[in-house]
Amino acid sequence: MSGLRIVSAGFAPTLQDFGRPHVQHLGVPPAGALDPVALRIANALVGNPPDSAAIELRVMGPTLEIAAEATRVALVGTGAPVEIVGDRKVEAPSHQSIRLTRGRRLRIGSLADTGVAYLAVEGGFALDPVYDSLSTYTRARIGGLDGRALRDGDLLPLRVDEAGERAERRCADRSWAREAGPARVMLGPQDDYFTADSIAAFFDTEYRITREADRMGMRLDGPALTHARGHDIVSDGIATGAIQVPGNGRPIVLLADHQTTGGYPKLGTVISADVPRLGRLRPGDALRFARVEVEEAEAARRALEERIARVVDRFVPAEPWLDEDALYRRNLVSGLAEPD
Amino acid sequence: MTEDTADTDRPPRFLSAGDTALVVEFGETVDPALNRRVMRLGEAARRAGVAGVVDLVPTFRSLMVHYDPTATTRHALEETLRGLLGEAGTASAAGRVWEFPTLYGGEAGPDLEDVAKRTGLTPERVVELHAGTEYEAYMMGFMPGLAYLGIIPPELELPRRSEPRVRVPSGSVAIATNLTNVYSLESPGGWHLLGRTPVALFDLHRDPPVLLQAGDKVRFKPVDRAAYDDLKRRVDAGDTGFAPIQGPVQGEAGR
Repeated sequence: MSGLRIVSAGFAPTLQDFGRPHVQHLGVPPAGALDPVALRIANALVGNPPDSAAIELRVMGPTLEIAAEATRVALVGTGAPVEIVGDRKVEAPSHQSIRLTRGRRLRIGSLADTGVAYLAVEGGFALDPVYDSLSTYTRARIGGLDGRALRDGDLLPLRVDEAGERAERRCADRSWAREAGPARVMLGPQDDYFTADSIAAFFDTEYRITREADRMGMRLDGPALTHARGHDIVSDGIATGAIQVPGNGRPIVLLADHQTTGGYPKLGTVISADVPRLGRLRPGDALRFARVEVEEAEAARRALEERIARVVDRFVPAEPWLDEDALYRRNLVSGLAEPD
Repeated sequence: MTEDTADTDRPPRFLSAGDTALVVEFGETVDPALNRRVMRLGEAARRAGVAGVVDLVPTFRSLMVHYDPTATTRHALEETLRGLLGEAGTASAAGRVWEFPTLYGGEAGPDLEDVAKRTGLTPERVVELHAGTEYEAYMMGFMPGLAYLGIIPPELELPRRSEPRVRVPSGSVAIATNLTNVYSLESPGGWHLLGRTPVALFDLHRDPPVLLQAGDKVRFKPVDRAAYDDLKRRVDAGDTGFAPIQGPVQGEAGR
């Protein structure tokens, strides 16, 4: 079987695609990539459809071994390089496709510059989808490989045994990952559960991402908000990006693995154009919010879609020396590489 | 359930949940009359096949409409939904009725004695009341495949346990407030456990994995240990043939 061997998993990597937002009526959380923008760019680099599953990396990347004839991968979302550990050690930059042959090992170190990154693989994974998605939702053991994060020793089956040779592609425009400024928020659905002062304070505060941050949500550190009408509601639906405020007044921004319904008031919802940015944040990072109306949210989403299309349109050929063979030849000739 | 039915007739509020979802809120209480209005709009929207809609999630008192903002706008969607509000129709096209064989008490229902004590009833009477009522699935949530069923007989109403259990086995049949449910997966939980059914409400080896949907009717049928064990053995051996006693058998009804 063709596959990617997980030599060392790093920090609980999972498979993620666009999730299963269409079965929330069955109580199934949407899951899916925390940063769908990076996922789409990674897929485009290896020639996959935008919604293919990729390996979502957080905190610390894995070491993988190619257990197929040839595999094309692309790492997107972090500046960390792909270290190719073979006879000798060389590095290929992120944000470009690379083709590796059987037995090569690649290692991705710690993600110091982002909360999340994606390793896309040409052709994707030979696994059975659950409700049309390979996204891993570990709490219910759904999707991915046996419904869990990847572990040391796993063999992740691939659909393509031998990725063909072609010119490699590079994503030169990285500005999409460096969005600054406040995350834009639409009020509702339960903004009327909060005092006007509390809502004003919410938009005036610089919050910090706490360590209580995972694929389900991020707890924010900042002044507590005051409820005007109590902090329990009869459960209603939850959208990704919802800012839920439980009794202690500390907001939680709900991310991909959120439950489908909940009983805490939600002050507002981060707009879909800015949700991918939330996934990139790490504990300790600062976060501010700005209020927008729906028209602005819709325009922002359209602008994001156009921007992604432009980024993909403007992929450039990777320098030839970044092909794997050329990389090794160059290393032999120049002697630049350090022996292991 | 509330005695106050004032908000069962008021026009719904359209609330924003960002640019990918909107909430059509019919009221703020657990009330079968509100839920019927929620289900009716959900069913009308499903039948109409509204452009851009990704999912329709009914809750006790509101319908969450998830949508793709690149395929529609909030304005267009709200307009369409308002147009559907007046549509007559049945609350549930599915009309499925399920009967779950349930082993009450003992280790399968460790809270039965306590519930009896706290409600001043005998354990036998608690079972009789719980199993003597046909419930409706008002909404799904909390975990994949978990349905909030109601309304239980008022004699059985208790607040949630003050100390939630760390581990409630899947299949546990439980009550809290005026509702009952079946835990579809092992999880922490604060409801009172009356019994257990061998039927798998969530099973990845079945297509589709989730058994229930909002609008379904559910009954519990007391069975003895032997009957429970027999069905449990079949389910564990991969038998996914458990079917409703009424309504469509295959797949997710009406979807």
